[in-house]
Amino acid sequence: MALLRVTSPHTQRAGRRTSWVMLMVILATVPGIAMQTWLFGWGTIINIVIAAIAALASEALILSIRRRAVAFFLKDYSALLTAVLLGIALPPTVAWWVTVTAVAFAIIFAKQLYGGLGNNPFNPAMVGYAIVLVSFPVPMTQWVGAHELLSSGAIPTFSQSLQAIFQHLPNIDSYTMATPLDAFKHKNELPSAEAFNTIDALQTASLNSWLWINGAYLLGGVMLLWLRVITWHTPAALLAALAAIAGAFYLIDPSHAATPLFHLTTGAAMFGAFFIATDPVSSCTSNRGKLVYGAGIGILIYIIRTWGGYPDGVAFGVLLMNFAAPLIDYYTQPRTYGHQKAKKGLKIGEDN
Amino acid sequence: MQTATVFSFHGGIHPPENKAQSLRLPLGRPSLPNELILPLGQHIGQSSRPLINVGDKVLKGQTIAINNGFLSSFLHAPTSGTIKAIEERPIAHPSGLSDVCIVITPDGEEQWDTLTPLQHWNTLSKTDVLAYLAEMGIVGMGGAGFPTQVKLQGAHKHPLTHFIINAAECEPYITADDMLIREKTIELVLGIEALQHLVEAEQVIIGIEDNKPTAIAELNKVLSDRLSTIQVAVVPTKYPSGGEKQLIQLITGKEVPSGQYPADIGILCQNVGTCVAVHDAIFLGKPLISRFTTLTGDVLKAPQNVEVLLGTPISHLLDYAENDSKKLKRLVMGGPMMGFTLDSANVPIVKTSNCVLAASKKELPQPAPEQACIRCGMCEQACPASLLPQQLLWFSKSQELEKAEHYNLFDCIECGACSYVCPSSIPLVQYYRHTKSSIREAREAAVKSDLAKQRFEARKARQDAEAAEKEAKRVARQKASANKTTDGKKVAPKVTPATAAAATATPAGDDSKKLKIDLAIAKTKLKKLQKQLLAAQESEHTEEIGTLQLQANEQEKAVALLEEQLAKVEEQLTKAVASAPAASPKAPASDELKKAKVDVALSGTKLKKTQKQLAESPDDAELQAKVAGFEKELADAQARLSKLAADAPASSTAPKAAAPKAAVSDELKKAKVDVALLGVKLKKTQKQLADAPDDSELQAKVAGFEKELGEAQARLATLTSQAPVAQPAATASAGDELKKLKIDTAIAKAAVKKVEKALKKAEDLNSPELDTIRQQLQDAQKRADDLEKALANPTTVASSAAPAASAPASDETARNAEHIKKQKIAAALAKAQINKLNKRLADSPQDADSIQLEITAAKQKQQDAEAQLTQLQAQLTPSQDNTQENR
Ligand code: SF4
Ligand code: SF4
Repeated sequence: MALLRVTSPHTQRAGRRTSWVMLMVILATVPGIAMQTWLFGWGTIINIVIAAIAALASEALILSIRRRAVAFFLKDYSALLTAVLLGIALPPTVAWWVTVTAVAFAIIFAKQLYGGLGNNPFNPAMVGYAIVLVSFPVPMTQWVGAHELLSSGAIPTFSQSLQAIFQHLPNIDSYTMATPLDAFKHKNELPSAEAFNTIDALQTASLNSWLWINGAYLLGGVMLLWLRVITWHTPAALLAALAAIAGAFYLIDPSHAATPLFHLTTGAAMFGAFFIATDPVSSCTSNRGKLVYGAGIGILIYIIRTWGGYPDGVAFGVLLMNFAAPLIDYYTQPRTYGHQKAKKGLKIGEDN
Repeated sequence: MQTATVFSFHGGIHPPENKAQSLRLPLGRPSLPNELILPLGQHIGQSSRPLINVGDKVLKGQTIAINNGFLSSFLHAPTSGTIKAIEERPIAHPSGLSDVCIVITPDGEEQWDTLTPLQHWNTLSKTDVLAYLAEMGIVGMGGAGFPTQVKLQGAHKHPLTHFIINAAECEPYITADDMLIREKTIELVLGIEALQHLVEAEQVIIGIEDNKPTAIAELNKVLSDRLSTIQVAVVPTKYPSGGEKQLIQLITGKEVPSGQYPADIGILCQNVGTCVAVHDAIFLGKPLISRFTTLTGDVLKAPQNVEVLLGTPISHLLDYAENDSKKLKRLVMGGPMMGFTLDSANVPIVKTSNCVLAASKKELPQPAPEQACIRCGMCEQACPASLLPQQLLWFSKSQELEKAEHYNLFDCIECGACSYVCPSSIPLVQYYRHTKSSIREAREAAVKSDLAKQRFEARKARQDAEAAEKEAKRVARQKASANKTTDGKKVAPKVTPATAAAATATPAGDDSKKLKIDLAIAKTKLKKLQKQLLAAQESEHTEEIGTLQLQANEQEKAVALLEEQLAKVEEQLTKAVASAPAASPKAPASDELKKAKVDVALSGTKLKKTQKQLAESPDDAELQAKVAGFEKELADAQARLSKLAADAPASSTAPKAAAPKAAVSDELKKAKVDVALLGVKLKKTQKQLADAPDDSELQAKVAGFEKELGEAQARLATLTSQAPVAQPAATASAGDELKKLKIDTAIAKAAVKKVEKALKKAEDLNSPELDTIRQQLQDAQKRADDLEKALANPTTVASSAAPAASAPASDETARNAEHIKKQKIAAALAKAQINKLNKRLADSPQDADSIQLEITAAKQKQQDAEAQLTQLQAQLTPSQDNTQENR
């Protein structure tokens, strides 16, 4: 009778492994992916497939170079999740090599070179996204438009999407248009009311398709909350901060600023709040820290959208707050049981 | 019966309860096993000391081991039988090590020792009830096995607002407390009432999880029948609501401050098992010899709760519950969250074993391979202590001990909730345990290096002092050699031995002197250790207590050894000086004598202990009464001893001529012992007095002791002078003088040391008194030297004055003795004052000047007194005759 010698506890919450967590996040993106496919064609799904293959390949490559158990780590689905998030974030018609570059950079540089899962200080998906956004700005801003507004009158078909991604679709321009955020950013001195009347991408149809997409990601996010994969702190703080700052500026200057609702329902607001900012590894870890972290991202998103050089600010907002996360963590430790107040900062030794 | 409000705590988890399995069958009572194995360390603190020997017959409930120090417990035979062995056996301990166990072979008769319930427990003094509980071997039965009387004593420090009975039993699988409440509801309530009588809390609350409806209903019924004020707080089922700190938070909404104990915020927690054990002890007189234990796990075909005798091997219980040993893969003592695995089933049930979980691979599978921490924060959401387990893990892995401590690692209660929820299957608790022990090691190392530094400094100081002493001696010798020519007489007789006996006695006397000094040193060390121990116990530093107790024990052993040696040497001395006959007849009666001596020693220790307690809380009338009782006991025992000793020669076949002599010398001895004892007592009380100078009671005591001492000395003096014309008695008195001188020397030396210490302290403080203290040091040393010289002298003086008559001098002697006594008392008082002042000096260096002045004055007084004393003694010495010390 060889008895096991292990330390307590002897049980584990059944089934809730890291791979399960990753899988749940992937599954929670399904409504959003479905909505994107319905509205913008097959491009998103093709992107995800390309990204997944590239991610698994680069992960396996680095793992074997690092002499780690390849199968064991691939099965944690973390690389797959990065791929899915990138596939969603990239424009549906973007060329395959852009996707591969983004994914390979995310996995190899942003994740594995830091030591693999759990050790990356930055959100890998957003690092990959930022790299291609900076390197290839043109393809990155071509997004498929709402079909009512397109000159072709329809969204790209499956073969057209394939063609756009792998070769070159000659009439690609008839399918793409600026996103509402992009359009709003480039309305220049036009008053808001006029911009919403004249610019294609700011027509109701376009706005509605983004409203639907954000709604789908909100649904996925609520699923994650319900499954307790994520806590409410980061997304709630992010959205609240974004709405608050947008509301403040809208009150100050209604003729030029957009409404809070516009900010919350366009671009990657919901996707960023529930799927990007909540990446556990690179975000803050205590509940209070998450609140600060989320709020910081919300404010940065508004700043970049309004005054920055890029139409959307989720990627850079998240990356900037990744920098601050460790510091925030030091200052937002919870009050431990039996202590008068929470410890703060890095100074070791002072006690209460 | 009322229901109490319930608060909540952060975090917590809801693992599958798995409690139904073991509740299907009624309470089981397994048969007697072939042997019962009782580890000596079933509780926190020092292991018990066995009272029995291998082969002894014991009755059920008989005490087989007693406590070893303050933080320890008693142990009783769970059934009648014979002691088979006292040896190392594997025990149920996380370390998997073995420990010394008493092994009993049951005789199957279950013959009880006489049970004497504690009658009038509600009128008896609380200290007595606590002592009784200790003797009944009661320890906390929920978790660590903290001796209950210690915990209750600790609860006296503050007025209690809440007395909480922990019936939460939040661990999955375990139902022992549930079953206990159902089976012994009334006993539980009576036990709680008895404890409440002892602790007098404002509120008594039973905390119980809502997954035990039957137990709650039973409790409510009994409580409302009795119109009891005990409240029942039904807390939601959530692990770890049964953790002491969590239950306190649930019931009172208060948190136990970090690093403190519930008693510090006026809360006492007791487990239900403990309460029932208290009931059994007080109302039935039954010691703690059995407990309720859950046998569960899918390997057992008949999982159930059993009332099991302590010491029953787990293998016996597994067989009883129809264990399928082929499937057994993991054997856990305790629950699945905080229990520990066992290597084999051959370990016994102890006082704290609440569950045995025998699991197959299916039930408790191998832990999944550890993955990277993804900082998902699930652990943080689950942590009942509101820690950041993921950060602690990070610091543990990188061995950043300081940061881990900064993140309150030591507030982790190792509940395992974080590991349970961790999706990456990280054995977080294991990391924390490791890091905690690393930090402790680092701390210990720091303390050690500090100690080494102190030791080095002390050594240096000692060497310096020795050098100074040598120098002083050299000067003295120079002076002496200068005087040699004029005073040659003094040296000459020293060389010419008076008798053959004297020759042998001198080296032996030297030996004994050295030994005595060693002994004194060892004793002071011991005292210091005991003091530390007491302090540690007071603040309940369990870790320190262990090591300190160990050290104290060693020191005690050393003292005993030295004493033995001393006794031997002195015996030799006596033999050499006194004639043989007195010694031999003692033999036949020696057995009885020995017993009586042991009695004396025992009651002496008891007395000492109580006195110490008294010193802690001087206004405790109870304790004082106890001390008085003990003192009487001691006196009785001593009287018995001396009678026996006196009887011994008389009842023997010894030559009649020898008998009277022996009798007289015995009486003499007794008187001497009396004097010595009284002296010790006096000293002790004086010390206490020094601690608490305004305690008039103590002062009165001191005065009383002093009077007694004086009387005893007078008696001694008369005895000495009465002592027959024969020389031995005179010898004795001369020896006495010598002894006195020696003691004086020792005192002077101690004074030197003290001044040295003061000097060092002053140096540390850079105080301006340095010079004065140095001066004092020199003075003191000179005095010590003088005394030593004097010590060397009387022999010569005495021997030179040998022919002088003894009888005529006796009157004068008595008078002189009176004087001496007075002077001594004066000296002692002055010394006490000095002590006190010194202490004040140490406490408040800013008043140094004035205090120093006072000290000098007091010292002056002391010196005067001592000078007079020596003068008197010098007068006295030549008036008596003959040679050597004879003890
Ligand atoms: S639950 Fe495990 S994986 Fe998640 S943060 Fe805590 S330690 Fe890391
Ligand atoms: S084991 Fe320690 S860190 Fe983990 S949940 Fe319990 S108290 Fe918190």
